[in-house]
Amino acid sequence: MTAITSSFSSAPVLPKWIVPVLLLAFAYGVVPLIGSSYLFEAILLPFLALSLAGVGLNILTGYAGQVSLGSAAFMATGAFAAYNFNLRVEGLPLIGSIFLAGIVAAAIGIVFGLPSLRLKGFYLAVSTLAAQFFVQWALTKFSWFSNDSASGVIDAPKLSIAGFAFDGAVGRYLFALTIVTLLTFLAYRLVTSQTGRNFIAIRDNETAARIIGIPVLKTKLLAFAISSFIIGVAGVIWAFAYLRTVEPDGFDLDRSFQILFIIIIGGLASIRGAFFGAALIVVFPLALSRLGGFLLGDVFDSGVLDMSQRIVLGALIILFLILEPDGLVALWDRVRRRLLFAWQST
Amino acid sequence: MTFLSTIKAAALSAAMIVSVALPAAHADEQYFPLQSYRVGPYAAGGTGFFGGFIDYLNLINIRDGGVNGVKLTWDECETQYEVERGVECYERQKSHAGAAAWNPLSVGIAYAMIDRITADKVPLITVNHGRTDSTDGRVFPYVFPLLLNPYSETSGIVNYIASKEGGIDKLKGKKIVVLYHGSPYGKETIPIYELLAQKYGFTVQQIEVPHPGNEQQSQWLTIRRAKPDFVVLRGWGVMNPVALKTAVKVGYPVDHIVGNVWSNSEEDVIPAGDAAKGYTAITTQASGNSYPVVQEIVKTVYGAGKGNLEDKSRIGSVYHNLGIVNGILNVEAIRVAQEKFGHRTLTGDEVRWGFEHLKLDPAKVEALGAKDLFHSINVSWDNHEGEGYVTFQQWDGKKWNVVSDWIAPDWALLRPIIEKSAEAYAKEKGIKLRTADDANAVTTN
Repeated sequence: MTAITSSFSSAPVLPKWIVPVLLLAFAYGVVPLIGSSYLFEAILLPFLALSLAGVGLNILTGYAGQVSLGSAAFMATGAFAAYNFNLRVEGLPLIGSIFLAGIVAAAIGIVFGLPSLRLKGFYLAVSTLAAQFFVQWALTKFSWFSNDSASGVIDAPKLSIAGFAFDGAVGRYLFALTIVTLLTFLAYRLVTSQTGRNFIAIRDNETAARIIGIPVLKTKLLAFAISSFIIGVAGVIWAFAYLRTVEPDGFDLDRSFQILFIIIIGGLASIRGAFFGAALIVVFPLALSRLGGFLLGDVFDSGVLDMSQRIVLGALIILFLILEPDGLVALWDRVRRRLLFAWQST
Repeated sequence: MTFLSTIKAAALSAAMIVSVALPAAHADEQYFPLQSYRVGPYAAGGTGFFGGFIDYLNLINIRDGGVNGVKLTWDECETQYEVERGVECYERQKSHAGAAAWNPLSVGIAYAMIDRITADKVPLITVNHGRTDSTDGRVFPYVFPLLLNPYSETSGIVNYIASKEGGIDKLKGKKIVVLYHGSPYGKETIPIYELLAQKYGFTVQQIEVPHPGNEQQSQWLTIRRAKPDFVVLRGWGVMNPVALKTAVKVGYPVDHIVGNVWSNSEEDVIPAGDAAKGYTAITTQASGNSYPVVQEIVKTVYGAGKGNLEDKSRIGSVYHNLGIVNGILNVEAIRVAQEKFGHRTLTGDEVRWGFEHLKLDPAKVEALGAKDLFHSINVSWDNHEGEGYVTFQQWDGKKWNVVSDWIAPDWALLRPIIEKSAEAYAKEKGIKLRTADDANAVTTN
């Protein structure tokens, strides 16, 4: 696992809140005005959902050191729970459904986090696979979860909070952005708090953590609960704001791997890393396919084109991990430090 | 060749590629966004279907110069049959002007598109598959499960099994196992099999095979224990040959397995080898390349070197022919709409009107060169399936042979169920039921 933070005592550091606030101002103030429907529907919405899932998994894997391959299961739990709360509890506002869905995902997370008390690393990862298979199986097997829809597919309800409807691509983007911002902020506060430091202590040396009086079992389960809560809400965004229809198969093992790749590529134990990783995972294949289509469109059919893009993406990820195993965040910090240094020395 | 001339030649060919890729902006064109899949577990279906579709569009362009002078254009976006990619393709391709209709050939993608295409007013064609209750045009104005929906397919299969047993009353006490693909597509028919079992007095056991279906040992052991009279194979892709091979392994007779409409292709039986001999499957379009329209494609399109299938032996295969039939239905819908709105690029809503008036009787089908390739279609504003007929074909180890007449599913039985389901959906979504007048109001720009 990597270091938590790197300090830049030598460089003149701007107040920490400046960059996020500027980014948020841009995301709320400028993007809705200039973005096309393609930008929202095909890039920003999956990016936001996957970033949030990455933040969730990073709390568990990056900070607390518990490897999980069950992320997609918690996303599915969140999505289907929110659907059912919304459908079955009369008068419950949407935000209440989403919150309760997060709680359900957290509860499932705790159940499947129990083996972490005995298992570590690779063994734990394999045991979280049980969550992956169990949840998908249960959602498929019991048609009650999908309101007896013949095909097991659920439809998203209309998104409206306190009478304000988030219709259209921009509305759904703002809806997702708000939830992601809130939860990311809370996650940030958490990992910089005493609890966050407990997570790190357990990750770095469980025995030492126990000796200095950290309640290891409780803390591990807490990490599972919080992580699953966030990933569950990410699942709600994925289902309600992005695809607007979802089937259990959409949350398969591939999705779990995708989220794991996001935090590995972005940078473990870093909130920003989840966003960097998600951006790469979402945008890069699209950019490649566009570029490939533009350059080679008439030479190959779409299948060959897509295969060659996958090969390029795979090769790039390998290269990337060899050259910068600490993830995009480390790369970004290095570039920034160089720039600051160059600026200072002029 | 000198170095300079090589460069020149390369530059010229690059310029040509660009000029092909950027068609003239002002000509009348009707565009088909193709969310195709040529890689992934379902590539065989994707290459055959989209190959046939493109071959037919090419035929219309080369032979007729388009539909009444309106050129047909298209581009492909690879989905790998994945919903997220399909949505991305939709957003990418929808900005192109003059989109006629969407044909994703994937239930999952189709589901995710229903809200979007309804807002954008462009038809979504789910030939032979899709959401059954989208047959009800009162609730789903832009969705067209043409020729066959999953319920009429089920009814057709049960009627066929009854005919093998000597009449519908002979079904009583029989046992049927349905082996279905673990996906929205596979699950779509679960309630209708239960219903038909109750109605006709047979018992049904439905067994799921998880996607993609490489491993079916335990399912077939269950089937062996259950000793059913018939097994209905509701598979897709690699699941089908695995099912046939595993059936032989556990000793279940292959000629008592009836495949559904997505388990009926050469790609499903050839990999199974001898295990597939005697296997029967339902189809809406016969296979083979003897039909005049297929012959014309061979002559005109492949003759001009513009054929889409790399492997020419797949011409006339089940998926290729389905692509051709799908091409015929799309092109004829445009023709119908053009007669009303003028010989020009149509809006999606106008094409929707065209589909809602798409009537091809057997005589018209013959005139199109497709006699016996498919039977007929009769779409109306509230019946988006169009009452297609089905037939059954048996694999003899080399090719499919038609073993039944064209059979009509029991539409009267199915319609109330479909309406009930569609009305429930309308209620959940707050949709007002459309009337014939609504269907005639068309957005023209």
